[in-house]
Amino acid sequence: MSENQNPNTSQDVTTSTETAGHPERFSDPGVPEHRARLTDTDPKANKRSERIIVLLFALSCLGAIASLVAYFTVRPDGTTDQTRLSTLLLGVTMAISLLGIGIAAIHWAKALMSDHEHVDERHDLKSSPEVREVAVKHLTDGVEDSGIGRRGVLKGAAVSALALFPLTFAVPLISSVGGDWNISKFRHTIWTSGKRLAYDPTGRPIKAADLTVGSVAHVIPEESEEYMASHEWITEKAKAVVLLVRLNPEDIRSDQSPEGETWSYDGIVAYSKICTHVGCPVALYEQQTHHLLCPCHQSTFDMADGAKVVFGPANRPLPQLPIAVDDEGYLVAQDDFAEPVGPSYWERLK
Amino acid sequence: MKALAARRHHRAAPVVLMLLALLLTGGVYAVLAPSSATADTASTANDVEEGERLFQANCATCHGPDAEGTSEAPSLVGVGAAAVDFQVSTGRMPMQANGPQALEKPRQMDEEQTAQLAAYVASLGPGPEIPTDEMVDAEAGDASNGALIFRTNCAMCHNAVGAGGALSEGKFAPALYDVSERNIYQAMATGPQSMPVFNDATITPDEKRDVIAYLVEQRDGSAGGLSLGSLGPVSEGLWAWVVGLGLMIGAAVWIGAKSS
Repeated sequence: MSENQNPNTSQDVTTSTETAGHPERFSDPGVPEHRARLTDTDPKANKRSERIIVLLFALSCLGAIASLVAYFTVRPDGTTDQTRLSTLLLGVTMAISLLGIGIAAIHWAKALMSDHEHVDERHDLKSSPEVREVAVKHLTDGVEDSGIGRRGVLKGAAVSALALFPLTFAVPLISSVGGDWNISKFRHTIWTSGKRLAYDPTGRPIKAADLTVGSVAHVIPEESEEYMASHEWITEKAKAVVLLVRLNPEDIRSDQSPEGETWSYDGIVAYSKICTHVGCPVALYEQQTHHLLCPCHQSTFDMADGAKVVFGPANRPLPQLPIAVDDEGYLVAQDDFAEPVGPSYWERLK
Repeated sequence: MKALAARRHHRAAPVVLMLLALLLTGGVYAVLAPSSATADTASTANDVEEGERLFQANCATCHGPDAEGTSEAPSLVGVGAAAVDFQVSTGRMPMQANGPQALEKPRQMDEEQTAQLAAYVASLGPGPEIPTDEMVDAEAGDASNGALIFRTNCAMCHNAVGAGGALSEGKFAPALYDVSERNIYQAMATGPQSMPVFNDATITPDEKRDVIAYLVEQRDGSAGGLSLGSLGPVSEGLWAWVVGLGLMIGAAVWIGAKSS
């Protein structure tokens, strides 16, 4: 820049005391000259500002009264419109009341209160040498008086007590992190051999013949009413949910069945609904492409090709639930998942 | 640009910026707000022959002369009258242009023609029927049970209150506010385009009616004030960052400015 502005300058820039007309150091310009406000010079403007402030406070009073009136006259009666109206009136009147006070106070401070600039010089943070000397002397005197250098046992006892005390809160805090440390729970779900597949949330068992090609079903294991009312069910359901689709059998390129086993039934395949990335429920199924999308990070799994990842951050296919059909035509699980469902964790493959 | 930069310290600049931000928000909302749809009641007139004639004239190019499908379009044997009524009465078929998915547009076939086409396609093979008015009567449904079903089966694509959402590669799940009750039922029963099928075993006719009751209830809007399209963090974030933060910056500038 400076070269462009002074094309004829041949001086060395760093040794120059003036470059492009700028001094090397700027002197402190100090506080700008005080300028009187309109309200200081013109009594009319002063009066007008006062009236505006009074008006704002009055508006705030009106808002508060209106809020009370709205509270007693417009009661939410259960309908959407009335509830919305009630909330809206309460909110708007409260806002008027509070903003009235705030704006009036600031306008008061800006327009009417003194606006003369005051300068307070900053003092050094560092104390004077005398004060520092005294402080250091107090400390060394204290250490000498306690005799911590001579009394070794006392020193050890004090240090031990100080070191142990934090454990009284640290241990309970840390051990309750994550609830419990039983990691083996992640390896298994409540799917067992012969357990029927049921619709979520109704719990009706699923007949293979009822599913048309292109169908999708959100599946939970069939359980008793009592079990489904228990707290354990909620945590178990979170691992056991399955997404089941029926494809045209010719469309299925592969699934996860090992040699000599069949894990799907007549185009019906069931995969864990828990994303292998960070565990969101993967449930956006596109019927025509057979792609299953995770809504959280757009991982996409191909249901016709062993739930392989075709897009997104997940790096393992969804585990497949081996299924078969029982004597009555209902879909049942052959076994639990062959691998832990959901996202990776340290001991997953141990 | 230079003239603009020179005026950036002008006292009206914050106000102008605020107005621009508000205009932008409003404009974006207007563009994104759901558009209206059209739908009519079902017709019972059956004319398979007339339907076949209409089919040959409007649909056979893609779906084949016998409706058995081509590489361009799927077979219509066994899709049922409900599928035809859904696709034709919402204007999705006949399709105007190839794209990620067939879009809703003003219907091209009137009610009678739609019924004739439906009768013809239904004669090719058994499939889902057009539901009766009673089957889609939201008054008779249980909205709270409908919410349960909707949350498990539909909300991941269509949004928790049916505001719609994006799928992959330009496809999307449409908003359901303006979809007629009959069309909602038909969509569940037939699984148009990307949508999977929810037949009478997966979601029973009663449960379908409950879902319709839930969706009809959502048309009243939200009890909590501005719903901002019920689109979640995108519209709410835009609002909070542009309007909310803009107002706060404006207030801070006003508080910090000297009185004249």
